[in-house]
Amino acid sequence: MRQFDAIVIGGGLVGAAIAYGLARAGMKPALVDEGDIAFRASRGNFGLVWVQSKGLGAPHYQRWTRRSAEEWPVLAKELFERTGVDVGHERPGGLHLCLSEQEFADRRARMEQMRREAGNFGFHYRMLGHDEVADMLPGIGPAVVGASYTDYDGHANSLNLLHALHRGFTALGGRYFPNRTVIDAVAAPRNFCIGGDLAAQVVVLAAGLGNARLAPVFGLSAPVEPQRGQILVTERAGRVFNRPTTTVRQTLEGGIMIGDSMEDVGFNTGQRPAVMAAMARRAALSFPWLAELQIVRAWAALRVMPPDGVPIYDESQRFPGAFTANCHSGVTLAGAHAHVFAPMVAAGALDPILTPFSARRFDVPQAA
Amino acid sequence: MFRKRLDGPAATVTVSVEGHPVHVPAGASAAAAFLLAGLPSIRETPGRNTPRAPYCLMGTCYDCLAEIDGTPNRQSCMVTVTEGMRISRQHGKRHPDLT
Repeated sequence: MRQFDAIVIGGGLVGAAIAYGLARAGMKPALVDEGDIAFRASRGNFGLVWVQSKGLGAPHYQRWTRRSAEEWPVLAKELFERTGVDVGHERPGGLHLCLSEQEFADRRARMEQMRREAGNFGFHYRMLGHDEVADMLPGIGPAVVGASYTDYDGHANSLNLLHALHRGFTALGGRYFPNRTVIDAVAAPRNFCIGGDLAAQVVVLAAGLGNARLAPVFGLSAPVEPQRGQILVTERAGRVFNRPTTTVRQTLEGGIMIGDSMEDVGFNTGQRPAVMAAMARRAALSFPWLAELQIVRAWAALRVMPPDGVPIYDESQRFPGAFTANCHSGVTLAGAHAHVFAPMVAAGALDPILTPFSARRFDVPQAA
Repeated sequence: MFRKRLDGPAATVTVSVEGHPVHVPAGASAAAAFLLAGLPSIRETPGRNTPRAPYCLMGTCYDCLAEIDGTPNRQSCMVTVTEGMRISRQHGKRHPDLT
């Protein structure tokens, strides 16, 4: 039996950020991961560090996202210093483009609700007309009625982030165990055995969609479901704009990513041409010059979706020492996971600010 | 080891590689035409500007990107030559026309 201070199950962005954070907090953690067969949303995501529309109706989630976005520049800098990997983080503010008056009105209402729910914490947004959007994003089409904008939003190279977190984790003394789908796990209070040979007093479940199966073993609940998203990427082009939008962004390397589809199709990572065509059409309406560029890659991946879209963070009542983290925003929340969540785990208990994220919220019967 | 297929087309077409006329077998790829022209590199990479030449010749490596008949960044190994085709080197990234 090999003894560690903590075992993190799941080596995607959520698990890697937490494992990195634990190592950074002085623990000797192990990171147990699947192999290339993992669904791995971390390899399929869009790369936004996105704040402006996260947490509608859930102010605690809005604050958590904002906090993570604040941690991001610090995380990016320290990862570069530790690993030499540039995660390409930029925070120039982001836009959500509206292609009709109705979309614009709906967006305004949504942003105003976000501001109300932020309360004293504050939430500064602007609704921009076509001309103001054109100043920020050269080459928008006449179909763009306007956009919502906040300073909080940014983007990054999510593949480099995953790479940097793994490099940082091992550089800090963490041990990585790949190709080990966790089948057998034994739980007792502050005493966990994973895969028959790894033991620790602390375990963190960060296995994405795999958490749904693993959580009950540890007296936890993680009712997450797959939601498919598809992405298209164009050939590399000279930098046209650095501000991301919810559906189109240009990477530092020059490729233009088109994304944000949502489908409920179970554990199916296939692609559907009708969805791809709809994405391309909307992107070309937003940026007519995009129609001339060639699509060089396209893929689908599965988001890890809690029933209400809000992350689930929990600690086990039955088996103290067991924690879980579940979300569909592994990039955006990396700052919070590495710098806020992991230190809580290292200290032995989740801070009350995370209480509203408990899966116990799903146990409350709906009022009639 | 390698022989030309006897049932292959015998006709040749003439294309322009960086402005020089090159005679190539009908059915060949634009990348083959470029290699026949004998130039040292077909493109410079968008990131570090290093010179590259066609490599995998089967549509996978993207090292044969070229401007073909005015369209930048085409995979020249996947494009069949046509009479009068203009093949030029690809210099780094494409520059989108915003107008």
